[in-house]
Amino acid sequence: MQERLKELQAEALEKVAQAADLKELNDIRVSYLGKKGPITEVLKGMGKLSPEERPKMGALANEVRDMISGAIEEKQITLEKAAVEKKLAAEKIDVTLPGRPVSEGNHHPLTRIIEEIEDLFIGMGYTVAEGPEVEKDYYNFEALNLPKGHPARDMQDSFYITEEILLRTHTSPVQARTMEARNGKGPVKIICPGKVYRRDNDDATHSHQFTQIEGLVIDENIRLSDLKGTLDVFAKKMFGADREIRLRPSFFPFTEPSVEMDISCKMCGGKGCGTCKGTGWIEILGAGMVHPNVLEMAGYDSKKYTGFAFGMGPERIAMLKYGVDDIRHFYTNDIRFLKQFSVTE
Amino acid sequence: MLVSYKWLQEYVDLSGVSAEELGEKITKSGIEVEGVETLNEGLRGVVVGHVLECEKHPNAEKLNKTLVDIGAEEPVQIICGAPNVAKGQKVAVATVGAVLPGNFKIKKAKLRGEVSNGMICSLQELGIEAKLVAKEYSEGIFVFPEDTEVGQDALALLGRDDQILELGLTPNRADCLSMLGVGYEVGAILGKDVKLPEPAPTTASEKAADYIKVNVEAKEDNPLYVAKVIKNVKIGPSPLWMQSRLMAAGIRPHNNVVDITNYILLEYGQPLHAFDYDLLGSKEILVRRAKQGEEITTLDDAKRTLSEDHLVITNGTDPVALAGVMGGANSEVNADTTTVLLESAYFTGPVIRKSSKDHGLRSEASARYEKGVDPERVHPAAERAAELMAKYAGGEVLEGSVVADTLSVEPAVVSVTLEKINRVIGAEVSMQQVEDIFAKLKFESTVDNDTITVTVPTRRGDITIEEDLIEEVARLYGYDNVPKTLPIGASTPGKLSEYQQKRRLVRRFLEGAGLYQAVTYSLTSKDKATQYALEKRDPVELAMPMSEDRSLLRLSIVPQLLEVLKYNLARQTDSMAVYETGAVFLKQDGEDLPLEEEHLAAAVTGLWENHQWQGEKKPVDFYVVKGILEGMFAKLGLEDKIAFAAAEKDGMHPGRTAEVSLNGEVIGFVGQVHPTVQKDLDLKETYVFELNLKAVLEAGTEPLQYQAIPRYPSITRDIALVVDKNKTAAELQNIIVEVGGKLLKDVYVFDLYEGERMEEGKKSIAFSLKYFDPEKTLTDEDIAKTHEKVLKAVEEQAGATLRG
Ligand SMILES: [Zn+2]
Repeated sequence: MQERLKELQAEALEKVAQAADLKELNDIRVSYLGKKGPITEVLKGMGKLSPEERPKMGALANEVRDMISGAIEEKQITLEKAAVEKKLAAEKIDVTLPGRPVSEGNHHPLTRIIEEIEDLFIGMGYTVAEGPEVEKDYYNFEALNLPKGHPARDMQDSFYITEEILLRTHTSPVQARTMEARNGKGPVKIICPGKVYRRDNDDATHSHQFTQIEGLVIDENIRLSDLKGTLDVFAKKMFGADREIRLRPSFFPFTEPSVEMDISCKMCGGKGCGTCKGTGWIEILGAGMVHPNVLEMAGYDSKKYTGFAFGMGPERIAMLKYGVDDIRHFYTNDIRFLKQFSVTE
Repeated sequence: MLVSYKWLQEYVDLSGVSAEELGEKITKSGIEVEGVETLNEGLRGVVVGHVLECEKHPNAEKLNKTLVDIGAEEPVQIICGAPNVAKGQKVAVATVGAVLPGNFKIKKAKLRGEVSNGMICSLQELGIEAKLVAKEYSEGIFVFPEDTEVGQDALALLGRDDQILELGLTPNRADCLSMLGVGYEVGAILGKDVKLPEPAPTTASEKAADYIKVNVEAKEDNPLYVAKVIKNVKIGPSPLWMQSRLMAAGIRPHNNVVDITNYILLEYGQPLHAFDYDLLGSKEILVRRAKQGEEITTLDDAKRTLSEDHLVITNGTDPVALAGVMGGANSEVNADTTTVLLESAYFTGPVIRKSSKDHGLRSEASARYEKGVDPERVHPAAERAAELMAKYAGGEVLEGSVVADTLSVEPAVVSVTLEKINRVIGAEVSMQQVEDIFAKLKFESTVDNDTITVTVPTRRGDITIEEDLIEEVARLYGYDNVPKTLPIGASTPGKLSEYQQKRRLVRRFLEGAGLYQAVTYSLTSKDKATQYALEKRDPVELAMPMSEDRSLLRLSIVPQLLEVLKYNLARQTDSMAVYETGAVFLKQDGEDLPLEEEHLAAAVTGLWENHQWQGEKKPVDFYVVKGILEGMFAKLGLEDKIAFAAAEKDGMHPGRTAEVSLNGEVIGFVGQVHPTVQKDLDLKETYVFELNLKAVLEAGTEPLQYQAIPRYPSITRDIALVVDKNKTAAELQNIIVEVGGKLLKDVYVFDLYEGERMEEGKKSIAFSLKYFDPEKTLTDEDIAKTHEKVLKAVEEQAGATLRG
């Protein structure tokens, strides 16, 4: 009996070792360890044994059982692992193939610049004011200290619709309208983005339609130094913390004093190069202290209130920032151009 | 204004300040210097030569063989092609080894078998613009005066060893349209004195008043007229240095008399005109407005018809000059002129501006009058010019001037307090600094406590109010010295308006959906202006368009976007999706300004989904574009207020277009572009929409309110309805929603079948209905009654049968 058990053990272990797949292994389990299996058969003859031998034989039979089932379990793990590996191998893909594109569009570069500037000034307590693109001569010129026949009107040849109505040549009329609406009260802190129009032939540096952003601050005790500080914050945010600004005297009929703001040239670090025409500086915008005539015309007491205003061209800023060489690109809407402005800086 | 660095030194001591340094200083304190040009940059080796012999080249008809003394030991042979070369001339010779503009190196050469040791130069070959070369030398070489010394540097002699500062003048700084004005500015910047020319008084036996009478009828246009008479002039070339300075300033030399008037114009900023006295035809000058239809032929040989808007100088009867703009051909100084009538006048800006504009004629004179000349220079300029005519044209200046003067010039007196100066600038400038600044500007000032009172010279007509004085202080104090501060005072909340926030949301949504933002022109052509307009209105038209293509303001954006697609599809792009937000312009009866309405438009063509190597390609269709709109409306909380209905529209596919309404008002359309339009524009199937964005963004939305997460399950019933082909999904859905009542939580189309297995003229639409009760778990029995009613209603109202 003991020998029979040993034999069965050897036979079963051999078969387990030989098993090629999980099914075969299961068959082995059923045939050796099942209720009708040979070990059970052998144990049925236990009745013939002496009471002393019975527990011994019982122990041996359990030992054989455990050994076989242990071997089966071990083998099962091996076979399962192999099966998983086989499946994984079959599922292998080429991870270097391109992914499924998520098609997203993006902002026009001018909107990108305008929103960046809007957000910067909103953070400094400004609101965004908008106004009509077709304007009255009064708001576009007269309220800005540019009476009819003023020589400075030549600086911005305009598209007139009637003698009194024209396409605005700057976004300054929004300032005039805003001031008028405030009935001589401060503080005013606005920026005005929008489309403007001038009689220019379209070429690499001119466009009959372009955009502007102007800013206006009016309050008691607004100083030129506040303008300089504000523009410095703007320039560093827009062009980089390492850029310097300088103000130069200039002339605009609606401001006095008037200045132009330059930033130090990125290309040469201020030493002078082709980009900055050897000066080390690049002109960015015009600004100044609001002319007392402009304040008075809008109903402000110019003895009490002072203010500053500035105006810039998003096209110019985009051209400088991104190295765009032709202003017409902004209005041609070539998809190969538009797509380049989807990346976050 | 082009300013010669060398010439400027006659008025201000520039020692120790290079032209470049000066340019930078001027830029920083007031006037932008746009460039500093070195006239003889890259040029060398040009000397004065004496043509000793000149004969025809033996082998070439058009060439001359010359022998030229260039101050070297031996004269050299030079072959010259200029038609005006002649024996005895003093000429500019580029010797062997010389370099001319464009890095053109002169080498020893053989021309048709004859050796040439250099080149005799024209002024153009020395880098002078052709339009600045005097007529007599424009077709050939330049000839120096006979007494010119041989061998010296010809470029220096021509004043080319100079640097030119190009000033970009703003309209307020007309004072710097003169060398003296620039002198004052530079003097102020450098803290130096200004040396003024001092014309010597003339003594003559005859009086100018015996030769001419001056009457001014148009006193408002011409409050001051000064006439001088110079007899016995000999017309000839002006001195070389004067010609050089004129050319460097961009003015072409003519003859001594004319050159002197131009020279004084540059020096004083005061325009002058010289008449040939004998050609005037009278002994009288009468200044008046022109008569309607009166004619004058100006110096440029153009016949001009005048009106009462224009000011003329007449001889009592006929015009002899278009005042302040250009002289008349009838009284022009010419080679035979012997007596000159010299005019120095003060004309006011507006009338000259009008003449100049009407005749398309901008001269050095009109440019200055338009911006305003210094009334106090009218007399000195005349004296100085007369003096130079005596000196360089051999003339005899008659005693006195004939003057018509109704001008009263009072220098402006402006006061400002130190407190105000510092309050505006935001710096701490002392009264001493302020006084010093005005002293440097040569403005007289007096100080009384905190107030400084400044007498502004007439040359600075731009300074009239205290802010103007503050600007003078600020710019000369230096903007670099102004601190950087930020406004203090009441804080203001910075934010976008609700409208602006929603507009950004719309843009983000569309971009997220795959559309690129385009920006197109508002001005368009007559054809395109009204195409696809949401409303039939007349377009707004420009009074004087620059071109037909940009002559009216758009009523819609779609035509512009179709152009964008056309442009891109012609350039190897076959799929594109763009949108634009922007104003359209609607003419309003009885209103000055048109109605500006912000619109949103989009155009999509080609593949919508395209996964290259997986071979998944899906072209855009109506439902793609509609889906974008639905998503956008949902984002704005408007989905329940929006409806789509089949519609027909010019330029759109009749069976694939819907109008979009918001709260029952039509606010736009969506659909496929009409195939014939697509063909005209070389477009494939293209879908567009355009909406009144203003209406969309201003539509009120419900406040956001939390809805409890359902605690009980819902029951779903799917039904397939067979209906006539022309029944719309919306019609069926409206019935279902109405009858479904409170229990019906949601309903949507999940299938459409129009295939062969359907009876002719029929289609099957399948809806999924979701029933829900927030209070309890529904049972089949709970919903049976409602669902029955729904089925009955669609059968009765839409003739729908349940598909088996
Ligand atoms: Zn640079």
